[in-house]
Amino acid sequence: MTAERIPPGTVRFDRVTKSFAKQGGPKLLRERLGDLFASSKGRRIEVLKDTSFALAPGESLGLVGSNGAGKSTLLNLATGLLEPDSGTIDVGGRVGALLELGAGFHHDLTGAENLRIQAALMGLSRKDMETKFDEIAEFSGVREFIHEPLRTYSQGMILRLAFSVAVCAAPDVLLIDEMIGVGDQAFKELSHRKVQEMRKAGHTILLASHSEELLTSLCDRALWLERGRVRMLGNVDEVLAAYRAS
Amino acid sequence: MSTPARRPRRRWTGDYRYLFENLVMKDFRVRYRTMSLGVLWSLINPLVMMTVLTFIFGRVFGGDRPPLFPVFVLCGLVPYNFFTLAFLSGTLSIVDNAPLVKRVPVPREIVPIVAVLSHVVHLLIQIALLIGFTLAFGLRPTAAWVWLPVVWIFYIIFICGLSLGASALNVYIRDTRYLVESFNMILFYLVPIFYSFEIIPARYAALYQFNPVAAMVLATRNILLDGKAPPGSLISNLMVAAAFTVGLGALIFSKLKLRFYEHI
Repeated sequence: MTAERIPPGTVRFDRVTKSFAKQGGPKLLRERLGDLFASSKGRRIEVLKDTSFALAPGESLGLVGSNGAGKSTLLNLATGLLEPDSGTIDVGGRVGALLELGAGFHHDLTGAENLRIQAALMGLSRKDMETKFDEIAEFSGVREFIHEPLRTYSQGMILRLAFSVAVCAAPDVLLIDEMIGVGDQAFKELSHRKVQEMRKAGHTILLASHSEELLTSLCDRALWLERGRVRMLGNVDEVLAAYRAS
Repeated sequence: MSTPARRPRRRWTGDYRYLFENLVMKDFRVRYRTMSLGVLWSLINPLVMMTVLTFIFGRVFGGDRPPLFPVFVLCGLVPYNFFTLAFLSGTLSIVDNAPLVKRVPVPREIVPIVAVLSHVVHLLIQIALLIGFTLAFGLRPTAAWVWLPVVWIFYIIFICGLSLGASALNVYIRDTRYLVESFNMILFYLVPIFYSFEIIPARYAALYQFNPVAAMVLATRNILLDGKAPPGSLISNLMVAAAFTVGLGALIFSKLKLRFYEHI
């Protein structure tokens, strides 16, 4: 395989297919062991079929489709949490995934400790983190509580903390799953504004949302998924109009 | 026709050292922060066990017991305790860290290895205790003590290898946990903690000779009690065990990790 250098901020899906195993009922240990090392080809549901698209650095793509259409699976594949069954996925540079804010936070640890763990998981080095720590703490708005355990935080404070570390890490590709829809009005506005800023600064954005307002304000193009297949790919207004009409 | 799946060209690129440090300290802090005695527990636990075993096998059963019996017992307890705690944490690590495994694209191998390494912090405290006792009983450091970190490093690698394999199996077969727990319990008797290797009948010697936990206990006693370098057979036993379990564990893990997401 030639080690082609993928420019940071590029996202390419080439005929990507992903299926999940049907779980079925309880199994005997013997069958379980058999399944374990066999590649179970049968009894699988395809959640994404032959999906292709490409994003150049700085482009932003909205994902639309009903629940179960494959939007989250596509984001998980782009993040690298799932491996495709077939096809290729290329993502250049550092990926920041806002899939579930606060996942991996521990409530007995302080805000500062959680921030450092999260930053290390995202791939920041100690030096990066030392220079960025104040900025992240400031942006999160919970600076005065940063040395308190997370269990004393409100849900809103945890959201802001998680969001701050994810965006302040300045990923080349930002993957967002419904995230901006959570939290109170102030958080929605703050996160919306920040993502808009990142878009203008040339970060690539992939956003799954049911909100037309968000999609039109944050995306250039949109990809409409229907039962795991690409139904339409094009300008965000045209795709949304067709989606609405369906 | 679909194209065959290719390995993604994406690699997690980050600061591995910073990541390990943060995750190991996280496990360590979480374990002790909620206890009022905190890290003192890593001293209390072996001390209590040592006292009980010394009393029962030294006083109640009486008879011939190896010299410096409390230190002798502690040389058995520290490697045994570390093994059971680290191996069990390692086994449970992938399932216990589901949010991490499902939401953060770090290499999955890190998770069981961190679980094992997070026990090293209190292992160091226990080794300090062991050395303290050794000195208190009038033994002096010898050149052979430099072997101590060497054998411990092989031992830790061996447990990392076991944990890689067991943590991956535990995702698919949750009973693995109970197998590991039972195994740990039986192991207490199969490792010469409160008796010496010399009293084992020759026909059962093989049971001990190929057991890396027993090898670790014997090596620790060679170094601290006899002040001698462990025999080559023990060192090679630990090296082979480390290489073998890491190889097999990594193989099992790499085969099974592709579907972790669907099973946790």
